[in-house]
Amino acid sequence: MELKDLIKPENLVYGKTKILEDEPMHYCPGCSHGVVHKLLAELIGEMGLQEKTIGIAPVGCAVFAYKYLDIDWQEAAHGRAPAVATALIRLKPDNFVFTYQGDGDLASIGAAEIMHACNRGENILVIFINNGIYGMTGGQMAPTTIEGMVTSTTPGGRNVDLNGYPMKITNLIAQLPGTSYVTRQAVHTASAARKCKRSIKKAIENVLDKKGTSFVEVVSTCNSGWKMTPVGANTWMEDNMIPYYPLGDLKDSVKGENSSEN
Amino acid sequence: MTEEMIIAGFGGQGVLSMGKILAYSGIMEDKEVTWFPSYGPEMRGGTANVTVIISDTRISSPILQQFDTAIILNQQSMDKFEKSVKPGGTLLYDPNGVLTPPSRNDINIYKVEGTKTAIEMGNPKVFNMIVFGSYLKVRPILSLDNVEKGLEKSLPERYHKLIPLNLEAIKKGQAIVETVQEV
Amino acid sequence: MGELKLMKGNEVLAEAAIRCGCDGYFGYPITPQSEVMETLMARQPWNETGMVVLQAESEVASINMVYGGAGAGKKVMTSSSSPGISLMAEGISYIAGSELPCLIVNVQRGGPGLGTIQPSQADYFQAVKGGGHGDYKLIVLAPASVQEMNDFVDLSFELAFKYRNPAMILTDGALGQMMEKVELADFKPRWTDEEIEEKSGSWATTGKPSSRKKNIVTSLEMDSNIMEANNHRFQEKYKKMEEDEVRYELFHCDDADFIIVAYGSSSRICQKSVEIARSKGLKVGLLRPITLFPFPNKIIAELARKAKGFLSVEMSSGQMVEDIKLAVYEAGRNTRVNHFGRTGGIIHTPEEVVEALEDKFSWELNYGVKRSY
Repeated sequence: MELKDLIKPENLVYGKTKILEDEPMHYCPGCSHGVVHKLLAELIGEMGLQEKTIGIAPVGCAVFAYKYLDIDWQEAAHGRAPAVATALIRLKPDNFVFTYQGDGDLASIGAAEIMHACNRGENILVIFINNGIYGMTGGQMAPTTIEGMVTSTTPGGRNVDLNGYPMKITNLIAQLPGTSYVTRQAVHTASAARKCKRSIKKAIENVLDKKGTSFVEVVSTCNSGWKMTPVGANTWMEDNMIPYYPLGDLKDSVKGENSSEN
Repeated sequence: MTEEMIIAGFGGQGVLSMGKILAYSGIMEDKEVTWFPSYGPEMRGGTANVTVIISDTRISSPILQQFDTAIILNQQSMDKFEKSVKPGGTLLYDPNGVLTPPSRNDINIYKVEGTKTAIEMGNPKVFNMIVFGSYLKVRPILSLDNVEKGLEKSLPERYHKLIPLNLEAIKKGQAIVETVQEV
Repeated sequence: MGELKLMKGNEVLAEAAIRCGCDGYFGYPITPQSEVMETLMARQPWNETGMVVLQAESEVASINMVYGGAGAGKKVMTSSSSPGISLMAEGISYIAGSELPCLIVNVQRGGPGLGTIQPSQADYFQAVKGGGHGDYKLIVLAPASVQEMNDFVDLSFELAFKYRNPAMILTDGALGQMMEKVELADFKPRWTDEEIEEKSGSWATTGKPSSRKKNIVTSLEMDSNIMEANNHRFQEKYKKMEEDEVRYELFHCDDADFIIVAYGSSSRICQKSVEIARSKGLKVGLLRPITLFPFPNKIIAELARKAKGFLSVEMSSGQMVEDIKLAVYEAGRNTRVNHFGRTGGIIHTPEEVVEALEDKFSWELNYGVKRSY
């Protein structure tokens, strides 16, 4: 039997994700962004949403997200993705609109926009990548940087007296009656990634059912910013990040029914 | 014809709405109109004034220093605007709120007991329409028909039942205006 | 003839937006323009035309909502007053850099800082020189009456879509609060999805059908060569506007020795000043720029051949006067250009303008144009 006889649709067990472009990603090896991009791309393809989807890219490492998924995109100003998404879903209620934001973008400069979009219960999906650091600008402190963590602007480690406390913004989001599904996931193992995909799928379904804002935090690694190996970063995340940002659903409800477990 | 006028008094006297009815009546007469109020904090509990211009031709400045007519309803406004009436122009005032009557001798001066009459009519809210009637008597630039149409246009529909009362007040104002001096 | 109404400038902006088929308004309250959103909320256009009206959490959010809606090919707008426009500066730069059409209304108040809520024209530089970061221009229209407040909403959208560029209506608290007779436009239907696809399908984010490549709305370009080419393209666009879109009005300029240049509510006052000056035997005319960008350079150059002086009359410490000076300089003339204007919310009177003209041009009034100064 020759190779060409093997390459047949009925023999296909795994293929390239159709929504992912052939563009090589600029992310560092070991970064969580690539995995989350792939999960999103798979779901948009599997759920037949390509024609309906408009993605909002942030400012941060994912600023070029628009290069990697074959959907329509808008690149927002730093922190303003939820405002951009608000207008889009209001003006085009039949579309599927999501924002993809990092911790600096969402929890620092864009704290007002995310709070108000979630409070209005905009029918959008928010993907929140929390790696506790500003990756793109070279590893400065983020609002989510955990206590004692070394960054280029906290060379002695984050000192809460000086810098305040690491912000559990997802817990705040879960308090808002406009949100329906709020969850915290990770993608550092195959099983975590599968679980994360299930969560994003549920979030998308909620959004399509107009249940309010769905919010998926992904506790992520930035091994370059953390100055670790990819494997070391995964271990460090499990030992230090996840105890402070425990994984699991924070809220599963419908807009207006505040059943936050926090 | 161009009539450049100021209506000035306290907030709550219906100064702005009198101006609006005047302007709308002007539109009904197929004229150009501009209504320019004082606005912002100076409106809060203090004096209110509005410049109204009615003209056959395109109106230039909405901001004026000199007026053909001034309707003055309190002392502060008398202090401020008596001197702004053009020589030969018209000043109409209600003596109720004015302690120092106008003293110029180069303008036409009329007075109307608006406050007193409104109380006699049992409805202080028609005060501004009584004054408006007096104005129409001394400056007959608009027909009563068009004023009625102006009232219809400027009042929300739920107040249309009050139009007859307003017209009655206007007629009362026309009847009771007193000439102080004419030049 | 359309419906005749007596309306405030601010109210008319809202009514005109509904009638011209605007898809969305996003705004934040600020004096002296809050009636724009209040009028829209009272009118409930979502029941009538499907127009979306949303009170945003800040001006920053408003302008980014406008960015989002404009990116999808929708006719969207915001309005604010001076401090709010400053907050929007970043978003406006993004919209210009992403080549999106939209309408921004600035009902100016006095500044700097929190300043005053009274009218002003001190945001001229901010409006015509860009205002945010980077090399960009807005199409800037300056209405001088409530009627033009009405007419310029539709015109702004037309120009914004023609050039894929943000347009601004630069007005002020006086025009916003003033009522005048206005003939309202007839209702135009909002564009359907098919019409948007036809007009903007090549760039707008409508959701990617298999029949076309994905559309990306962005102002980001890391390749400097491409970024420079983008900038060149923008500049070409602005040049084209300067060639084709200049609008102005002349009043008694034919025999004028002195030209007052004024826009917006100041031009209304100056029209009266011209009448007063002429009654005193002074040959004064008025040039009223209607577009502030593109600026009417050519007519200034032409008027400079005969005029003994230009007086820029603005409710500012002197901003447009610089553009007049440039136009006169580029025309190779040495006609003197002066400025007069009140600030801080005070509106100059027609008489003050005439006095200023006589004072500032006393030399020219007596001796004519100097060869050099």
